[in-house]
Amino acid sequence: MSNVQPLKNRKTQAGDTVLSVTDLHVTFPSEAGQVRAVRGLSFDLAAGETLAIVGESGSGKSVTSLAVMGLHPPTTKITGSIKLHGEELLGRSDEEMSKIRGRDLAMVFQDPLSALTPVYTVGDQIVEAIQAHYEISKAKAWQRAIELLDLVGIPNPQTRVKSFPFEFSGGMRQRVMIAMAIANDPDVIIADEPTTALDVTIQAQVLEVLKTAQKETGAAIIMITHDLGIVAGMSERVVVMYAGRPVETGTVDDIFYTPRMPYTVGLLGTVPRLDQASDGALPVLEGNPPSVVDLPPGCPFAPRCPAVIDRCLTAEPELVTTTSVDHQAACYRLDELAGISHAELFPAPELSASDLAEVPREQRPVVLELKGLERHYPLMKGAIYRHQIGTVHAVDGIDLDIREGETLGLVGESGCGKTTTLMEILNLAKPTGGAIEVLGQNTATLNRRERKALRRNLQVVFQDPMASLDPRMPIFDIIAEPMGVHGYSKDEIEKRVRELLQLVGLEPAHSDRYPQHFSGGQRQRIGIARALSLEPKVMVLDEPVSALDVSIQAGVINLLDDLQRKLGLSYLFVAHDLAVIRHIADRVAVMYLGSIVEIGDVDAVYENPRHPYTQALLSAIPIPDPQTERSRNRIMLSGDLPSPSDPPSGCKFRTRCFLHQTLSEPEKARCIGELPQLVAKGSDHRVACHFSDRASQ
Amino acid sequence: MLRYIGKRLLNYVILLYVAVSLTYLLAATQLNPRALWAVRQPPVDPVIVESQLRQYNLSENVPLFERYWTWLTGVLHGDWGYSPVGLNVAEQVSTRMWVSLRLLLIGTLAGIIMGVAVGAWTATRQYKVSDRVITALSLLVISTPAFVVGHVTQILAIMFNNATGTRFFEFIGETGDVGNYPFADLVDRAQHLLLPTLVLILLEVASMSRIQRNLMLDSLGADYVRTARAKGLPQHKAVMKHALRTALIPTGTYVAFAVATMFVGATFTERIFNFPGLGQYGVDAITNRDVNGIVAVTAFSGVCVLVGAILSDIMVAILDPRVRLQ
Amino acid sequence: MSTAVNAAAKPAKRLTRGRLIWRRFLRNKVAVVGAVGIMFLVGLTLFGQYFLYWKFDDIDTNAFLTPPDSAHLLGTTQAGRDVLALTVRGLGKSLLIGFLVAIISTSLSAMVGASAAYLGGWYEKAMLWIIDLILVVPSFFLIAVATKGAPEGESSWLILVVLLAAFAWPLSARVVRSLTLSIREREYVLAAKFMGISPFRIIVRHILPNASSLLIIDATLGVGYAILSETGLSYFGFGVQAPDTSLGTLIGEGANMATSFPWIFLGPATILVFLVMCVNAIGDGLRDALDPNSASGGQA
Repeated sequence: MSNVQPLKNRKTQAGDTVLSVTDLHVTFPSEAGQVRAVRGLSFDLAAGETLAIVGESGSGKSVTSLAVMGLHPPTTKITGSIKLHGEELLGRSDEEMSKIRGRDLAMVFQDPLSALTPVYTVGDQIVEAIQAHYEISKAKAWQRAIELLDLVGIPNPQTRVKSFPFEFSGGMRQRVMIAMAIANDPDVIIADEPTTALDVTIQAQVLEVLKTAQKETGAAIIMITHDLGIVAGMSERVVVMYAGRPVETGTVDDIFYTPRMPYTVGLLGTVPRLDQASDGALPVLEGNPPSVVDLPPGCPFAPRCPAVIDRCLTAEPELVTTTSVDHQAACYRLDELAGISHAELFPAPELSASDLAEVPREQRPVVLELKGLERHYPLMKGAIYRHQIGTVHAVDGIDLDIREGETLGLVGESGCGKTTTLMEILNLAKPTGGAIEVLGQNTATLNRRERKALRRNLQVVFQDPMASLDPRMPIFDIIAEPMGVHGYSKDEIEKRVRELLQLVGLEPAHSDRYPQHFSGGQRQRIGIARALSLEPKVMVLDEPVSALDVSIQAGVINLLDDLQRKLGLSYLFVAHDLAVIRHIADRVAVMYLGSIVEIGDVDAVYENPRHPYTQALLSAIPIPDPQTERSRNRIMLSGDLPSPSDPPSGCKFRTRCFLHQTLSEPEKARCIGELPQLVAKGSDHRVACHFSDRASQ
Repeated sequence: MLRYIGKRLLNYVILLYVAVSLTYLLAATQLNPRALWAVRQPPVDPVIVESQLRQYNLSENVPLFERYWTWLTGVLHGDWGYSPVGLNVAEQVSTRMWVSLRLLLIGTLAGIIMGVAVGAWTATRQYKVSDRVITALSLLVISTPAFVVGHVTQILAIMFNNATGTRFFEFIGETGDVGNYPFADLVDRAQHLLLPTLVLILLEVASMSRIQRNLMLDSLGADYVRTARAKGLPQHKAVMKHALRTALIPTGTYVAFAVATMFVGATFTERIFNFPGLGQYGVDAITNRDVNGIVAVTAFSGVCVLVGAILSDIMVAILDPRVRLQ
Repeated sequence: MSTAVNAAAKPAKRLTRGRLIWRRFLRNKVAVVGAVGIMFLVGLTLFGQYFLYWKFDDIDTNAFLTPPDSAHLLGTTQAGRDVLALTVRGLGKSLLIGFLVAIISTSLSAMVGASAAYLGGWYEKAMLWIIDLILVVPSFFLIAVATKGAPEGESSWLILVVLLAAFAWPLSARVVRSLTLSIREREYVLAAKFMGISPFRIIVRHILPNASSLLIIDATLGVGYAILSETGLSYFGFGVQAPDTSLGTLIGEGANMATSFPWIFLGPATILVFLVMCVNAIGDGLRDALDPNSASGGQA
């Protein structure tokens, strides 16, 4: 790929310990009190290895990374020891740490959009990183910057080196961040959720770049993530953190195949799997992670643990070596629980029976239908001088239908038009082109009163449980609001709010509390209760679980599943997480650049994807199973999504299509000249690809 | 692009036209120049008053819209009318403009530069003693009206002059007694400029440092500053190169705007130190019921505001590559 | 399924929003001093007449232009009136004008700003144009012109209030508008819209309450702005007219003699500066307390 010359000689050989953290404690003040973010973390990082630190939000994993870098706020208290090449880092002056940062220790942050200074070119910023540590001429530094950009896979590095960050996509910016991190051949790269803000196909690219960078520089990587799939695919060893404590450490196989701490067991069991069909409910890890401000004594996981005993509540267990040498877990019942499966520990709850289960799909009424739906809007440019430079074909002629009691999953990466589709439906207005029919009524012909009446049957649950509830209203008012608007009486509302809270698994007595008193999962339940209050027939779910922690997701997914069975609801479920869709949806539609490229029964599409894009999408998703990950052959898509204001002619996917590359010239001409239509490839499976027969895996 | 600029300029012209016309209508109905003669002793013959008022298009006996039309056609020919005592308004504005410029340019620019420096510096020392002291001082100055600052400075200057038996501080007018030594003229002017300039700097530093401190605090917490630190830049370098540079973008727009609108901004300072600038002229015009005068000042000020708006756009384009290149 | 997620919603004790703001405000010592100062000044204007020996229209024929002494704590004027009594009287007027202007202009800017952003279209364009129109003229001169011809009398200061408010709202209306533009896209507003709630109700129930931090800060700082504008106008003789008095009128009168008889000027000037400083300090304190991004978090 490249031949970037190293700037220095390594101090360590393969197998040496390069970074050693011992009994790290990090505490910082907050409004609510002292936050004990990290409590007693220890690990050794060998040269060249990849260690994953995995945990949910608030588990202390990101705080750890800042503490190692010495970039914590000055009010933070840190004790313990952090040794790099055997030399203590804690207690060093900022001047001394500055010499180490960027040279021996480098970092890749989560959000590539805000992590680069907007007013300097990427070249300037990489050169700055090099010259901060080495006396090297400007010309040489620029040459090295170009080589580094080439290494991380930025096309035309000679010209792109002079571009500003805003001229790059998110994925490209993250590549620049990686180039900057490896500029001085660091011994350790800390990657803090480096792909969380990116789409899956871009995530796959960036993870690949990170592996390349590691190969080229021989750096050890600390991978901080909440995504168990990434852990399985990237790391050799794993530290699982919970409430600031390491609760289990070991090799990746130890953690995934013989987890011993009930939290790890539960976490692995509750994640929906991309590679497994499922009918029933997901196993659930009840409750929420605790606040680390004032922890009760005992194991912080005890309140959620199905195997809890009295001892767990009095003192916190230490990490103890298990049967395997390198595998430690913090649990009093380590030996008793050996070999227990998550199904025994966390049995999946029963779902309600559905009245519609016996009715075949064809006999159920259509509740929502899109016919050639189009949504175009003008593309404006310029902060001062705003002018239209084109038209965005956000949604470009899509057809789909949803029948009573079923769930259609709508998947695709950001910019594919799924959110626009959803907003078009919810607006109940006349679209740019095509038609929307809700319960048989065409939205283009509605008057104001009819539109308001129809809204009762079409409700929405949004992604962000924080943002979807008005923080200034108690939840009673939030849930009651739609009913007030649609003329329910006071008594009716009173009664119904109580019913709804019970229905979504919340305590009716808490109806006078404000949203901020609830956890993310509970807030999402409140949002669902509000959507249900008018007894709608159709619910539009916009990424309803993607903002939730892994251990919380399962409960909400089960709730949605159960409600559908009980109430005969139909869902349009928009998500980017294909594993969640596989679990909950009956049918799935895959969107690319405003069009549906593949649609059909969820198992048919997942097990036998016929469109190259679907294949790439499914292949890009990391699966939380190290052996599967090691044996997988990823389809890497090249480049980014083309601009929806200037889509490629013919098949929109052809510019990134691996199949297209292999075709003969006349066949390629067909892709370029002719827009493929959806063609049936099975009883309920349609694909829009001219050569889908050749796209078998 | 040209079409866009044309559209925008046209909008500005309309905006200005409506604003100035409304001002004319307001001033013409509210100011009543006839009252100037009502207080004269001995009383002036009403016929003479009427003829003089009619001569300068100021008589309320002429229908308002007729006066407006006369005024408007005059303006379109570059004639901004006369004051009730017959001074040419356009001449007044054009000479006084330079007085304001001489007085304000140094003070405004020096004040802004020092304000930016102070604001950026205090932001990096948030909650330390120096930050608290400077923040409190700027709060004090911001809360003090310009006329109080002006008079207090004068009182202090007199105390200084009396104590030293000199006339080091001059605080009336642009020039005074000129000595007969080389460059005495320049020294005299400088002496007269010293106090009002100090007042302007003080006021400008206080407000500018507050603005800059807040901008700087925002950008200090930005992710890209953390990235710069993670590359190995020491704190001060990361702050100067990354945080300050980005925080200067909004400052640039503010500076462009402040410079363009400077002319009519220092009414109090001009009045207290008796500089016959535009601000003083505006106040006098109202006191002397000079309809045409105050309308001209308003129009001039409006042009300054719009030029300021355009200048700040240009400034953003210079400072921010995101705007420049898109 | 009975996933009774046992809503042990509250981990131990979570602070309510109000208590949190209160605590953050109290932490800002300058703001607390400002609040105490304002209470003192308001108390002084309300009850001053009961314990001050001199009334503001009393004339002490034994004391013309006397410097501060035990009989007249802040001295007397040329006409033999007590400067302290006059100052308290002027303070009352300035405070009243300040509060009224702030309330009116903040309400105006809230309604115009929020409705412009939420409704959009030609209405928004028209409102923005009007805002530009008001901002393009020098408000100080126009208010002066308008008061010059306004009817005189007991309640002429009310006209001043209306004028000050009429020119004070546009800038904050712009800020409210840009804030509303972001609130408008929040999911709870979208949710309300998709429930079929009317735009006016959405603005009143969802948008304005969520912009309340900004509005409270705006109103507070608006008090200081209004007082400064009023005193500036009165200083030149355009604002509050005799026989009524305000701090600006007093300072304006005293300023002519400030170099020889500084007490007539210094008394009201000190009170004025103290008043505006208190208001601004409260504004700053509220900003720190209400703004969740404020850096003062965690300094407990």
